[in-house]
Amino acid sequence: MTETAESFKAKSTIKSDDREHRRKINFNINKYNAVVPVAKHQFSELMVARERAKNAKWRAIETLDQQLEEFERQFTKRGGKVIWAETAEQALEAVEKICKEKNCKTLVKSKSMVTEEIHLNQFLEKQGIESVETDLGEYIQQLDGEAPYHIVTPAMHKSKEDVAKLFAEKLGTPSDLTPEQLTLVARVKLREKFIQAEVGVTGANFIISDIGAIAITENEGNARLSCAFPKTHIAIVGIEKVIPTLGDLGLFWPLLATYGTGQKVTVYNTIVTGPRQEGETDGPEDMYVIFLDNGRTNLLNNPKTREALYCIRCGACLNACPVYKNIGGHTYETTYSGPIGSVITPHLKEMDDYKHLSNASSLCGNCTEVCPVRINLHELLLENRHEAVEFGMATYGERIAWKAWKTGSLNRKMMNLGNGKLKNWMINKVFSAWTAHRGKLNFSNKTFNEMWDERNGKG
Amino acid sequence: MKVDIFIPCFVDQLYPETAFNMVKVLEKAGCDVNYNKDQTCCGQPAFNAGFWEESKAVCSKFLKDFKEAEYIVAPSASCVGFVRNYYSKLFDNSSDHNNVIKIAEKTFEFSEFLVKVLGMDKFGAMLEGKATYHDSCAGLRECKIKEEPRRLLGNVKGLEILEMDDVETCCGFGGTFSVKFESISVAMADQKVSHALATGAKYLISTDLSCLMHLDGYIKNKGYNLQTLHIADVLANGW
Ligand code: SF4
Repeated sequence: MTETAESFKAKSTIKSDDREHRRKINFNINKYNAVVPVAKHQFSELMVARERAKNAKWRAIETLDQQLEEFERQFTKRGGKVIWAETAEQALEAVEKICKEKNCKTLVKSKSMVTEEIHLNQFLEKQGIESVETDLGEYIQQLDGEAPYHIVTPAMHKSKEDVAKLFAEKLGTPSDLTPEQLTLVARVKLREKFIQAEVGVTGANFIISDIGAIAITENEGNARLSCAFPKTHIAIVGIEKVIPTLGDLGLFWPLLATYGTGQKVTVYNTIVTGPRQEGETDGPEDMYVIFLDNGRTNLLNNPKTREALYCIRCGACLNACPVYKNIGGHTYETTYSGPIGSVITPHLKEMDDYKHLSNASSLCGNCTEVCPVRINLHELLLENRHEAVEFGMATYGERIAWKAWKTGSLNRKMMNLGNGKLKNWMINKVFSAWTAHRGKLNFSNKTFNEMWDERNGKG
Repeated sequence: MKVDIFIPCFVDQLYPETAFNMVKVLEKAGCDVNYNKDQTCCGQPAFNAGFWEESKAVCSKFLKDFKEAEYIVAPSASCVGFVRNYYSKLFDNSSDHNNVIKIAEKTFEFSEFLVKVLGMDKFGAMLEGKATYHDSCAGLRECKIKEEPRRLLGNVKGLEILEMDDVETCCGFGGTFSVKFESISVAMADQKVSHALATGAKYLISTDLSCLMHLDGYIKNKGYNLQTLHIADVLANGW
């Protein structure tokens, strides 16, 4: 077993036994479960909408190179600059260069999983630049020195009491503040930072190629401030975020809101087309879009798993996943957790280090059921398992076992060999993990196959 | 009507009585039950483990064993779902492709076969007490079975069916997952069993013995008073 797999196993064992964790997660996910079905009513033909969305993403991904170039053409016309980063390092270097040019000491950023993926905050800290998370959930996580727990709800594993305690510890506030009071505290702190910051960093929910713009979805207004208040705006975006046309937003905005947070449409939806134009009174002087590959083209190269790039990061599959709900987001030790994380991480990083995630699933299929863009998530987990075997990553023991299984399953006589007692002894020994918390298996003395003739008077 | 039964490998080895109960009900329904003694397994275990080549060899045997069958009925939505939805993946672009489509169309899970194909939902079964029904993931999402078993159980004399919370959530079995990630699997069983117990049920019924084997193991370990039953065992009871 690789180190990553061992660590996952150890952490998942602890978490799945943690009732308090289970209670908090269920409490928070149930809040979504209550509203998502209501928001779905806004679609008269939900399945058609989902299929159309999948289709639009299919088109975007199949012509990804052209889409991105079209974006660049449109966006640069208005003075925006595009930077192509093949790796996390290249993206970080680009940010560093811009920050140096702009003499940046404080940087505000909105919630963005891509910046988590490249570990932007840690990098900036080393450069002596203060990077401040302005999304409330991310702000909480930053205060606590923790990575986001969930791609949509970063502090999902914290109760309101936990947050009040954290603020008291880190900011010296009274320890019994209500969520409203806590939000006001954060607001005051963050306003200051918005004014100080020389650079604002955001992600993007969509790259709209035909008009050369990015779209940002949020509920707090902090992303809007991050891209408009500082003199320089950098958007760091995974290349898969493309939708072909502006019109597609009519489909994707409500889908993302419905499946992500159970809203009809998210509170703030911003389309950013570039830096401040002549005659405009606000907006940044400079705007950069950094297109990040960082392993995404591995998925693109593989026709079987390519559809994982359709993901709009709504988080629905995490909320629907019984494994995620039992082990929580941090146990994965990946940027993207839950079903979609288990599907893409082995391709974004090393298959050998992350293939265990594809096995850590009961294949219940609920993720596939809920995905708004209808990614066949559980089948992709199977695809990953298959690929790992094809790449020779299965253990010797496993290979021998499945060969033996094949020989046995092709030979009916072998399946009738040995009586129940012998099988019981063997199986309960081999699968000691079965009996740790479960009663023993009890083989029948004779198989159905052997009994059939007896019962039908032919024995 | 001639019906070929498929007895999944683990049912063959661990639960032959349930298989005989299925036969008993099918015969009462007027079916002429045929059992091809050569059969072994549908091939799913190796497929789910990523060993597709080994799986394909066993699937080919299944195709051969059931080539002549008019209907194939199995007491397992898991195997049926696999034959229906995944054989085509394995035999894509092969000479077996058409055969695979045909096999998929004539393979049914037991309760769905009774209700959808035979149009029968009453067999004179009796079982006294409260029960709750567990939707297996394969039944629910691979085979789209929801109402059929409930209808059949609703007609069992003396039986009161109570729905549990989170009834569509996985029980945590998942084949090798149950041993590879034992702690997660057992945590999921714990939640499923708690929901079942909360209904006040004495019986936990399902279409899939794989779920029940896992849940029963957990129940026995804890010493709870809850009996797991396959739907065939219920329908064959009391007559
Ligand atoms: S895979 Fe689907 S459900 Fe999961 S986050 Fe992406 S879009 Fe949402």
